[in-house]
Amino acid sequence: MTTSREVFLVDGTRTPFLKVRGKRGPFTPVDLAVQCGRPLLARQPFGADAFDMVILGCVNVIADEMNPARVAALRLGMGDQMVAFTVQINCGSGMQSLDTAFRTIREGSADMILAGGAEALSHAPLVLSDDAVDWLSGMQTATGPFATAQSALQVRPRHLKPVVGLERGLTDPITDLGMGQTAELVAHHFGITRTMADTYAVESHLRLATAQKDGTLAEELMPAFDRDGTVYREDDGVRPDSSVEKLGSLKPVFEKPYGQVTAGNASQVTDGASWCILASAEAVERHKLTPIARLVDSEWAALDPSVMGLGPVMSATPLLSRHGFGNTDIDLWEINEAFAAQVLGCLAAWQDERFCRDVLGLEGSFGPIPRDKLNIHGGAIALGHPVGTSGNRIVLHLANALKSTGGKRGVATECIGGGQGGAMILEAA
Amino acid sequence: MDTRLKDYLNAATLELGGAADALGDGHWRYAVDDDQIGWLVLNCTDASVNTISDKVLRELDAHLGQIEAEPPRALILRSAKPAGFAAGADIHGLADMDADTAEQLLTDAHAVLNRLQGLSCPTIAVVHGAALGAGFEIALACGYRIAIDGASFGLPEVQLGLHPGLGGTMRLPQLIDPLQAMQMMLTGKTAHTSRAKDLGIADLVVEERHLRAAIHAVVKGEVDQQARGLMGKAFGLSAARSLAAEKMRREVQKKAPKDHYPAPYALIDIWAEHGDAPRAMQKAEIASFARLLQSETSKNLIRAFKLRQKLKQGGKAHCDIARVHVVGAGVMGAEIAAWVAMQGKQVSVTDPDEGALGRMIRRATEICKDAHKDGLATRDTLDRLMPDPKGYGVRNADLVIEAGPENPEVKATIFADLGRQMKTGAILATNTSSLQLEGLTAHVPAKTRFAGLHFFNPVSKVPLVEVVSHGSTSAATRTRLMAFCNAINRLPVAVADAPGFLVNRALMPYLLEALLMLDEGIPKERIDKAALEFGMPMGPVTLADQVGLDICLDVAESLNQSLDTPIADIPSLLREKVEAGNLGRKTGRGFYDWTDGTPAPSSSVAIPADLTDRLILPMLNACAECLRKGVVGSVEDLDAAMIFATGFAPFRGGPMHYAAARGFGTVRARLAELEAAHGARFAPDPYWAEHA
Repeated sequence: MTTSREVFLVDGTRTPFLKVRGKRGPFTPVDLAVQCGRPLLARQPFGADAFDMVILGCVNVIADEMNPARVAALRLGMGDQMVAFTVQINCGSGMQSLDTAFRTIREGSADMILAGGAEALSHAPLVLSDDAVDWLSGMQTATGPFATAQSALQVRPRHLKPVVGLERGLTDPITDLGMGQTAELVAHHFGITRTMADTYAVESHLRLATAQKDGTLAEELMPAFDRDGTVYREDDGVRPDSSVEKLGSLKPVFEKPYGQVTAGNASQVTDGASWCILASAEAVERHKLTPIARLVDSEWAALDPSVMGLGPVMSATPLLSRHGFGNTDIDLWEINEAFAAQVLGCLAAWQDERFCRDVLGLEGSFGPIPRDKLNIHGGAIALGHPVGTSGNRIVLHLANALKSTGGKRGVATECIGGGQGGAMILEAA
Repeated sequence: MDTRLKDYLNAATLELGGAADALGDGHWRYAVDDDQIGWLVLNCTDASVNTISDKVLRELDAHLGQIEAEPPRALILRSAKPAGFAAGADIHGLADMDADTAEQLLTDAHAVLNRLQGLSCPTIAVVHGAALGAGFEIALACGYRIAIDGASFGLPEVQLGLHPGLGGTMRLPQLIDPLQAMQMMLTGKTAHTSRAKDLGIADLVVEERHLRAAIHAVVKGEVDQQARGLMGKAFGLSAARSLAAEKMRREVQKKAPKDHYPAPYALIDIWAEHGDAPRAMQKAEIASFARLLQSETSKNLIRAFKLRQKLKQGGKAHCDIARVHVVGAGVMGAEIAAWVAMQGKQVSVTDPDEGALGRMIRRATEICKDAHKDGLATRDTLDRLMPDPKGYGVRNADLVIEAGPENPEVKATIFADLGRQMKTGAILATNTSSLQLEGLTAHVPAKTRFAGLHFFNPVSKVPLVEVVSHGSTSAATRTRLMAFCNAINRLPVAVADAPGFLVNRALMPYLLEALLMLDEGIPKERIDKAALEFGMPMGPVTLADQVGLDICLDVAESLNQSLDTPIADIPSLLREKVEAGNLGRKTGRGFYDWTDGTPAPSSSVAIPADLTDRLILPMLNACAECLRKGVVGSVEDLDAAMIFATGFAPFRGGPMHYAAARGFGTVRARLAELEAAHGARFAPDPYWAEHA
């Protein structure tokens, strides 16, 4: 039995998304969560211990930070008594934390929750091969110098070659397809060409570059500071000079030589964190808060992992139908840009009458989503996709974008590696 | 809830084997537990920390008599004070003693420790917290030492112009590598738990919860003691000791010249001469200690120690400041913010330059490293230190420290902005060093809660903070700021809102005189050497570079304008350096080249006393003026401030103590001579005549 209380997004911040450049970045997932959370908590009129709980999405948890939500809560000075847990649904983890917080507040079990996402892909571990693990444990259980020496002699060069954990993480374990390959499949089914994908990618860069310059992100993006004294002010993967010609010169990375997906029209690999504060109407009143948006509803869907890129279509459509909303009821869309071809594939699917009827159960085509309503300040292709964070960021940014454009209602949605999709409806508060 | 669990857990008590409940009076309690282990527990009455007084030792003697008559399986010695084992000898009792009385008292005290050492049962000192000086020496007279994690051991007597006097000079070199033992005693440095274990001071390191098991292991003979090894044997030979002693003397000479600091040399002599004969060494230690106790150096260093205690007393109120916002991340703002965060406060810092905020984090990382903070403590410090470009921290701050540019208009803008955001009851403090507070009050949110909090650079090294009250600063504000200083482990001194406050006012004539001498062509090395030989920690030219020549110029100019007594004209070389952008250490070049670290000026020329007086006496004269005008409340506060802010030769007991030793009349006469020779800036202050 559930009550149905209103749930508001009252504030949120994120760190700059920092592109992984071949070495470990300056921040662990929790470091990022702390960098992002401190200014957010500092600008609230209530104390850091006023929350009921903390929920954090994080996919690549590092060994020193088991349950990063709790480590972050303690490091943020939220008190010994702050309940905190970490959620993981792969690329949807940052939205999963919001969804869990939303449902918990809606049913009346909590009044205020800090929900976020944190990911440091540059800290994804190097994994030892199974053979090497067997050899190492042999070393450790050997007793006496002779046995140890004998065991040590069994080492083979292949044992020392680590497996890049990140690469394994971006491969679907059921189908053994790389994430980029699933985007190739979507592109193929919906007729997305290389030029279409590159054109979309360029626009993403240009939109973010403009937003960085005109102060759109001022309240949302907090600088991060590392121990060497470096200040990270902006998402550093953006290319304001991007062009279709330049992107056209890149070679496909997943399916050579004829594939569509290149490093230029796929999301960047980055580190970053994001937090949102969700509150009930009572909490809003008690602390005299000014909400940015109201969370209306959310939906998860699952599908064939080999076309996981259609996750937004599969999750957002039934969510909108449930509320009787059609295409024109939505003023703004945030669709996470895992791959340009994948986003364009979703848009094409929504315009495909047969697909909409047969697969989505609509009476006809859902209709086109105009580019000026979609990812209006750029997306993951320009700023990157720290997997556990992105879902949180698109919801936060959708709320801010509704406010700044005067829009009434928006949808944030994402595809999820492994074959799922998540979607959330927000209304301006 | 949070606090209730913490309170419950913190109430867990020390293992005292039932001795805490034993009947009796005095400082010690004794009880024998069910395992026939005797627990002799020290709990000095009317004090939160144990100190070893004559009475403590006499009572110990009485208990030892009882224990000899009825020996337990083993004797445990420990403190019942949560604060630690014992802080050392009661120096208040020692300081005023004549040599014969001291020698007799020490001989009796040594007999008590010999008696402890001679007991037939195993003796085990259990140490939690600090065991310092005489406290450590009691532990050394036991057969075993068990350290509770967090324990530390030290013989800091040298810092009081003394060496250990209760058998430490004999027992420590017998217990551990003699060179390490001498090193500990010569530097007075403390060995923390793991270091103490490595050195062989502690036989075991355990957590409190494992203490009983550890004691049983010792009693059953399961704990091996470290052998002293070859080094110990080698230094049984007097030739080996004499060689090592010569090397030690050379090392000590670099830091502490014999004329000023006789104690380390006396210690080296005792060891070199008697290192292989414990009884003779014990006798020599007693005689030497009694002699050192009479030295001016020791009396003055003990005075400095007491002055430090007095400053701490001034800040003993409960600190109600948990959140601090700092405006400005320049050199001073960054140092202050990093230090305050390291001491456990939540700190936010604004600066219009985000790069400065970044450099602040780097500096904080360095300060943690210099303070030997481990990975967790460093992380927690940095987590508490939030760069805050948008100033979110202002609203919730209990204290805002303004460390912006030394410009009244800029400060007025900052204050007006802060006033719109600061919460009711919060204090606004400025770290200005060259502006008077009175002129800044127009734009502050609340005059009663506006004050100066004047830190010195580098904050992590200079313990003093001037707490400046202007006409309307409330007593409550001053008390809260003094308590805040104490809570962040700095020493507060209350001063009035006079030009340059106290320390800079007193220091500036000394610095300017040094720079005038430079103008006159006297080499900077010679000027600095004069100050070093007097006992200052660095020469005035080096100090000017260290402080920053721009700041020196600022302070000098503002003093020049605001003082009614004449001071030296601003030396032309100073202006030239500042105009050229050579500001001293922070730019790598000032009067000295700092690119390879702190300069080490040396000069082979003998320094004439006249040169030294020309430097030091203007400082004394300014001190006299500050006393006369009530800038500082007492001679003690003044001497303390000068010692702990400028490092004024501590073995001289502070500038006014030094002046008193020379005689105010003499000082006045010398100033008059200098006035005749060099001008009105030396005119003796009326204070000298009034107090002659």
